[in-house]
Amino acid sequence: MELLRDLWKFITARKKWWLLPLIIILLLIGVLIILGGTSLAPFIYTLF
Amino acid sequence: MTRMTILGISAFYHDSAAAIIQDGEVLAAAQEERFTRKKQDAAFPENAIKYCLQYAGRSINDLDAVVFYEKPFLKFERLLETYYNYAPKGWRSFLTAMPIWVKEKLFLKKLIRQGLNAIEPVDKKKLKLLFPEHHLSHAASAFFVSPFEKAAILTIDGVGEWCTASICLGEGNKITILKELDFPHSLGLLYSAFTYFCGFKVNSGEYKLMGLAPYGDARSEQVKQFVQLIKSTLIDLKVDGSVFLNQHYFNYATGLRMVPDAKWEKLFGIPKRKPESELTQAYCNLAMAIQIVTEEAVLKMAQEAKRLTGADHLCMAGGVALNCVANGKIDDAKLFQEIFIQPAAGDAGGALGAACAAYYIYFDRTRKLDPGQLDALKGSFLGPEYSAKDLEAMSRKFQAPYKLVEEEDALLKEVAQLIANGAVIGWHQGRMEFGPRALGARSILADARNPLMQKKVNEKIKFRESFRPFAPVVPVEDVSSWFEFTGSSPYMLLVKPVRKNRQIPYPDDFKSGSLSATLYYTRSDIPAVTHVDHSARLQTVHKTTNARLWKLLNIFKAQTACPVLINTSFNVRGEPIVESPEDAYRCFMRTDMDYLVIGNFIFDKQLQPVWPEKDNWKQEFVLD
Repeated sequence: MELLRDLWKFITARKKWWLLPLIIILLLIGVLIILGGTSLAPFIYTLF
Repeated sequence: MTRMTILGISAFYHDSAAAIIQDGEVLAAAQEERFTRKKQDAAFPENAIKYCLQYAGRSINDLDAVVFYEKPFLKFERLLETYYNYAPKGWRSFLTAMPIWVKEKLFLKKLIRQGLNAIEPVDKKKLKLLFPEHHLSHAASAFFVSPFEKAAILTIDGVGEWCTASICLGEGNKITILKELDFPHSLGLLYSAFTYFCGFKVNSGEYKLMGLAPYGDARSEQVKQFVQLIKSTLIDLKVDGSVFLNQHYFNYATGLRMVPDAKWEKLFGIPKRKPESELTQAYCNLAMAIQIVTEEAVLKMAQEAKRLTGADHLCMAGGVALNCVANGKIDDAKLFQEIFIQPAAGDAGGALGAACAAYYIYFDRTRKLDPGQLDALKGSFLGPEYSAKDLEAMSRKFQAPYKLVEEEDALLKEVAQLIANGAVIGWHQGRMEFGPRALGARSILADARNPLMQKKVNEKIKFRESFRPFAPVVPVEDVSSWFEFTGSSPYMLLVKPVRKNRQIPYPDDFKSGSLSATLYYTRSDIPAVTHVDHSARLQTVHKTTNARLWKLLNIFKAQTACPVLINTSFNVRGEPIVESPEDAYRCFMRTDMDYLVIGNFIFDKQLQPVWPEKDNWKQEFVLD
């Protein structure tokens, strides 16, 4: 939660709203990395 | 009133370090590599922090703030925007970088807390964590410890968050940013690209490229052609020193290499040099060309800093400020009355700068200058020191016989005589230096007059490339008698010519000889510290900051009429500079050093027991 709060503060300060979707996707991937272990690689390839 | 104590940290990129200040006084600072024995260790600086806390007699919960040297989110923003701008190019680098960020680097606060908790239990609510910008940390590391009330500040490095170079005005306890150059345009990365192409390691081999440059043939058409190609094809150099890099010829923004090899090979007409392969004249010429362009850019930036600030003094920091040849050119231009360069100009110094920025800017504390001191850095002797008991314990561990000379004058007379007789001395005295240079606390000392000494120390003691020059140490009072320079250079960050009447010029046709012929030509009265272009990377020694070395140089002068010695870092190639007496003894026994002097103890190599290691210890250190 601290990270999300800090990121929100950062984005409002920098006013770079267009980065928000990219950061959300990356954070979701981060959660997958933590939860998904090795199954992540094919998922990344379909995404990018 | 309790004293305000602040801990600064730099970590997780390269050359981690910690520094502690108390009421503005710099108490202690050290790089993590010295403790872990891993060159440019990027890990959380646990050992350096422990040392700083111990020296200050503080616990983590006593600290008013812990300050990290850069803003991680801003760096993350730069990465995302860069990948977005170059997409789909750079996907491979993106996939390499992002997992590290989303798993670790975005959680930097947590990482720092965990690191601190491993040292001692931390009260999370009480801990104040601050994150100044990377270049502000550099600027603060130079200005707030300088002896100037007001100064222009120039910071130049590879890249921080976005900024790659900045011009600031420092006044009292404030720093105002006046101009910045942003990524991907970077003088530091330009220099690193040539470091890579010439077969040296990026982030550590830049000083080798600088040392190689004088072997270039300044009169050759090839150097002129290389300079012209750099300026016309690779960069656009503006009048204020800004460099705009033609990204068609660079890969670092999105790739896993600095440059596209094939394009550079076609441009310069030479192949990328393989690491450790022979250094031909073409690479020397290329090194000279990029050095010429770098000096021009740095000088223009300094002129712009003067124009914008009107200040009489200049402070410098950032990795490019370690380019002492360029620094010498700024000094020659007489733009400023005095120049102060932070000795830990690279990222390690960011730890100190971060702590200073928090103290003066965030906490708005008054800055007091001490006119009796050269600066607030205590000669950069900010690291650990060891007692006679520690030395005795080390001696027992290795069963190493020694001679204890209690009286300082007798000790120094004996050491001076040994050096004059051709001995190479490992010199471990007092508090360790902060920054990449050995300044006389963890040094190897030898006779600068001996024409064979450069080869001996390079090949048999440091096990490093023979072309690399050594720096002279000289008492500040004698500097103008031996070098074309009056003033002080306490941190070995200015290159100046050896005094004309002590130079031995080359015959007119000499440059047509090979690199080794140039190297071994006796170029002056102090050939071992005279580079092939008759220059020297000067260190002046001051009685106020290093009394023992100052006395040794004066005793050597009384014995030989020469006050100049070789001073090189106490390590072998790829090894961090020694920290403890044990590190020093190990390095001494592994090499052809003749004597080791720690404190008042003299260890004679001839009397030491046989060292059990053979050459296999060299695998311990990755070549830099």
